[in-house]
Amino acid sequence: MLFKTITRENFKKMVEALMEENEVIGPKARDLDTEGKKIYRFLKLNSFEELEMDYTRSYSSPKNYFLPFKEDLAVYDLHDKGWDQDIHYTIHPRVIIGMRACDINALLKLDQVMAKSVYPDPYYFARRRNTLIIGLDHEPLEDCFCRSMNADTAFHGFDLFLTDIGKDYFAAINSDTAYMILNRFDAKDVTKEDQFLYKKVKSRIESKFKTQVTITILPELMDLEFESEVWKKWGDKCLSCGSCAMVCPTCYCYGIEEDIDLDFSMAVKRKFLYSCNLLDFATVAGGHNFRPRADVRLKYRYYHQFRGFVEAFNQSLCVGCNRCGKACLAGISPKVVIDDLIETEKR
Amino acid sequence: MKYLGITLAKPKIGVFGFTGCEGCQLQIANNEENLKDLFGLIEVVNFREISSEKRGDYEIAFIEGSITTEKEAKNLKNIREQAGILVAIGACACLGGVNNMKSRFPLQDVVKEVYGAHSIDTGPVRKVREIVSVDVELPGCPISKPEFEWLVRHLVLGIEPQFPKYPVCVECKQRLNSCVFDMGMICLGPVTRAGCDAVCPRNRLGCWGCRGSSEEANFESLMEILREKGFSEEHIAERIQFFNAFSGN
Repeated sequence: MLFKTITRENFKKMVEALMEENEVIGPKARDLDTEGKKIYRFLKLNSFEELEMDYTRSYSSPKNYFLPFKEDLAVYDLHDKGWDQDIHYTIHPRVIIGMRACDINALLKLDQVMAKSVYPDPYYFARRRNTLIIGLDHEPLEDCFCRSMNADTAFHGFDLFLTDIGKDYFAAINSDTAYMILNRFDAKDVTKEDQFLYKKVKSRIESKFKTQVTITILPELMDLEFESEVWKKWGDKCLSCGSCAMVCPTCYCYGIEEDIDLDFSMAVKRKFLYSCNLLDFATVAGGHNFRPRADVRLKYRYYHQFRGFVEAFNQSLCVGCNRCGKACLAGISPKVVIDDLIETEKR
Repeated sequence: MKYLGITLAKPKIGVFGFTGCEGCQLQIANNEENLKDLFGLIEVVNFREISSEKRGDYEIAFIEGSITTEKEAKNLKNIREQAGILVAIGACACLGGVNNMKSRFPLQDVVKEVYGAHSIDTGPVRKVREIVSVDVELPGCPISKPEFEWLVRHLVLGIEPQFPKYPVCVECKQRLNSCVFDMGMICLGPVTRAGCDAVCPRNRLGCWGCRGSSEEANFESLMEILREKGFSEEHIAERIQFFNAFSGN
């Protein structure tokens, strides 16, 4: 990997230049919580000033810029003798600034499913190819457990990764595009002092992880605790509202629907992201619901994240961002559920 | 109207208002850019808000409003006799709606408070399905025009409409809204049927439940959450009773 430094001033110029030709997405503050703290989310930036480089947590992950919540897969022009299908994979070039290491690792996991599997998803692939990713380091928040999930650092899956080392950004370069862009804005070679500052920031970040989740025995434990009362306990609280899957950087389950316009001349085939916690997720043709109980649905969400995906790809699907835990009104988070399972096992 | 070369039957429809604000009927007449296409699919034979025609040969009846008098109940039964398909539209018809407020007090007190000495024929608020059988309930206060158009497409093609079973939270998260609970507000989104695109939370207003309960809503868990968050019993009750959406929970 190549490293450079860029001053804040030049970084601003770089972002503004990128905004001229691309759609630029970044963390923006839109509302204040009851404590007066900003609530952030990844949205289109209209000016550099809207970009919050000091943001803490984005309520939702930037997943939707790769897997939109709703996406038209095909458009049909209907006529008397049949129809013509129109499919587009192309998207306008996009830049996402400020993605965390966990979110970049989430994309690498999605790549396994969407881009590297037997049936790649061309829609995902097009978005992935046309998106320039500028990552950003941060000090872990109280509930970040990305370290436990081995997702606290990103080595690939991005173009540029920034670490704030005081007056400059320390930039890890991972693509030709990023290298070319950076050089247009007077990026400097890394000095001994920069290296020293970078290592200092990195070790400070490392020292700040507070939340740990034990996952080494998890796939096995989940099979052993299949009938555990823990699932019932948390399942009874679960609102089956799907918030966890919507804010999750890796949940990718979806449904397909077809719709027709009011004069019956055009139709669309639409993909929509769904959640395995929703009541009718496992309802099949004829009306039978394989998972009518909330506790069973909750269990299977955890099974996919921490066991099923491990079996298929040798890694958990969860990256430890705890957005699901934050979004859940009922207080269900991977940390509490997994700790509970481990405790039950000891008894 | 032709669909893939096949000429579709154009069902005759009637729209009838009972006790309500007529806002849902108005929604049907709204969105001028699509009106021509909408009325290309159906033939309006009885709809006071947009036509002076008053025919009785409608095949689909849309019922707006709750039922509050015996006369209304009788009219509704007559409409049911005629209509092959009866659709209740809006919170008043489906749930009782805001009108249901009066059912929480002695009827005489309510009449006196509003009309004074003037006598008025009014009774307890009833949902349409408490009087006649209902084939489809199109929820919302008011109903959404895109959803009405979506329903009409289904009726014309003879496909059973599938409303979302899940709660508003799904659509709220999809719009990247801030959760209004984080902003200190009360919200019924977790137990209310989706389909509104979370329009209230989008505008930083908690959900009031106008679309009725989502299917198998975990009402108990939400109550616990609301109490834990410190909302008073009075505040919670006011919100839950507003549209009479959760009387069955």
